[in-house]
Amino acid sequence: MQITEPAHPGRKGFFTDTSICIGCKACEVACKEWNRNPADSDWKLSDSSYDNTTHLGADTWRHVAFIEQGKEKIEQARESGRRLVSLGMPTRAVPQEDLSGVDTTPPDTPDFRWLMSSDVCKHCTHAGCLDVCPTGALFRTEFGTVVVQADVCNGCGTCVAGCPFGVIERRKDGLVQPKTNRDFTAGEQAPTPHVGVAQKCTLCYDRLVDGQTPACAQTCPTTSIKFGDHDDLAEQARERVRELHAKGLTEARLYGANPNDGVGGTGSIFLLLDEPEVYGLPPDPRVPTADLPRMFNRASLAAAGMIAGVVLAFLTGGRRR
Amino acid sequence: MTHSDYDSYRPPEPPRRRRRGGPKGGRRRGGGGDGAREQPMVPDAEFTSYYDRPIVKPPPWENPIGVYLFLGGLAGGSAMLAAGAELTGNEVLRRNSRLSALGAVGLGAVALVADLGRPERFLNMLRTIKLSSPMSIGSWILSGFSAFAGVAAVAEVDRMTKARLPLGPLRPLLRFVETPAGVAAGLFGPPLAAYTAVLLSDTANPTWNDAREHLPFVFVSSASLAAGGLGMITTPVADAGPARALAVIGSASELVASELMERTMDPVAAEPLHHGAPGKMLKWSKWLAAAGGLGALIGGRNRTVAVLSGVSLLTASALTRFGVLHAGLHAAEDPRYTIVPQKNRLAKRREAGVIDDSITTAG
Repeated sequence: MQITEPAHPGRKGFFTDTSICIGCKACEVACKEWNRNPADSDWKLSDSSYDNTTHLGADTWRHVAFIEQGKEKIEQARESGRRLVSLGMPTRAVPQEDLSGVDTTPPDTPDFRWLMSSDVCKHCTHAGCLDVCPTGALFRTEFGTVVVQADVCNGCGTCVAGCPFGVIERRKDGLVQPKTNRDFTAGEQAPTPHVGVAQKCTLCYDRLVDGQTPACAQTCPTTSIKFGDHDDLAEQARERVRELHAKGLTEARLYGANPNDGVGGTGSIFLLLDEPEVYGLPPDPRVPTADLPRMFNRASLAAAGMIAGVVLAFLTGGRRR
Repeated sequence: MTHSDYDSYRPPEPPRRRRRGGPKGGRRRGGGGDGAREQPMVPDAEFTSYYDRPIVKPPPWENPIGVYLFLGGLAGGSAMLAAGAELTGNEVLRRNSRLSALGAVGLGAVALVADLGRPERFLNMLRTIKLSSPMSIGSWILSGFSAFAGVAAVAEVDRMTKARLPLGPLRPLLRFVETPAGVAAGLFGPPLAAYTAVLLSDTANPTWNDAREHLPFVFVSSASLAAGGLGMITTPVADAGPARALAVIGSASELVASELMERTMDPVAAEPLHHGAPGKMLKWSKWLAAAGGLGALIGGRNRTVAVLSGVSLLTASALTRFGVLHAGLHAAEDPRYTIVPQKNRLAKRREAGVIDDSITTAG
């Protein structure tokens, strides 16, 4: 029997250019609608600018962060970006001209700015959630993305701890519904699917297999969220950073575009205008399984020690009376 | 700072929430009674976070998981005691330890299943063998252990009921496989006690992950002292010699291993082990382990002292497991524990000239 390989579609991903995000949250809405994710709000304001979604989670696969910064913070961001450039990595991205003399005033906001960034699952090259999943519910798709099979997951929660970005989460609210009842009537609250299992962004796997664009990218009015082939997007992202640096905006930097980082690069690349932790992103994430061989050795040594301890116990305390 | 003429009409902004200095930041110096006395002196690291929101998420592991960590270790240690007693001809200790092993692993497995989001799918744990997943390997270890410990314990029950179990023609077979099964359960014991440490450490949780070098040693020691303690409670002093010795060895190594663990960790990542309820639990666990170990060493031949020491050791082991579990859950709630160690290690690598492995790049 001859097996014919289907044409490999190649790795897909997002490039989220936060410099042109306007914080409209259309991506959040489109994501929730398409994926039928339940409402997760208690309708309270969170006291953090316009962000009342607060974090990514089982029911929120796109989250727009809002940060308000004054002149001092802008200066700090620009300075930290300048330091990043001066590290000289990677070399081809360093702007040719000396930036210290450039007028660094951004076009229209000299002493106040909003940072808005639509966060999403990173679809890591070395995905912690995927590595530690015991059931095989999480898998790598033909698009290079990481997706949960909701009918296989038993909700053990190991992936939640395994994710260095705090993306994946176990869904806990709502009611369990048999598959046949899953659809909903317009105007009524839809039943919550996949309760008790881990849930996260699928990069709209169901849309990709039909050749469609993920809902968030399709709806984004400013093209801040771009969808496409991962390598093209990475090149586009580097080009955009060069463009911003040339304008004196040294605070621009990429997050996740480096295949040598702790997670092997991410499928979702971000252009940020400040340090990652300002946006709630980890500054140096590392896939925990990178150290697994070492941990295995240590645990084996400990187990051997335990055997030695028991043998010793019977040698010293074994005599009856 | 005023940005426009109309800003003066705005209501005053509430001060931004700052965990540091608050009850959860655990940086109060002196007083407070939250374990601040043992706090390592760490220079105050400035860091920015997104509205003090956590970065990594705590796994949905609640008290049942703590119960399982404790009972799994107890079962593993007990099965080892049983195997040793079998090989040295100590029948009372063998019987008691086999029954303890099965009881502990049975209850532990129930606790484990109870914590699943979809408990009815617990068998999905066995639909694959995945070397990169400590939970998968652990499920297989637990299954193998339970099967062997079950056979050994059933043989023991059959003997206790004077062959009244309705085994029929299986009885000779059971007698034949009893010893190999007991020894096999004993061999599955150490992995059962040690894998849970890898399960916790193989996560992005700042505290558990940073404890990875020594946590397995803490856990096997804790399992040993618990099994020794239970043996001292269930078995008369005449036959409990090996249990006493294991209790002493276990408590000594637990004290050494946990001290080593705390000293070699990043000071910030280790903080949750010293603060709040987890800090208290871990402190008490040390005292109780020391007391139980000393009791076993000095007064273990007195039945009352033996039972008291045994209770003290079991409590110590449970407190260690709950303490480590909750320290990690707490560490995931505060961005400080994620951001500060990561920034430090990134800065250290950059100082050492490694500049090609940062997730943030200039282009």
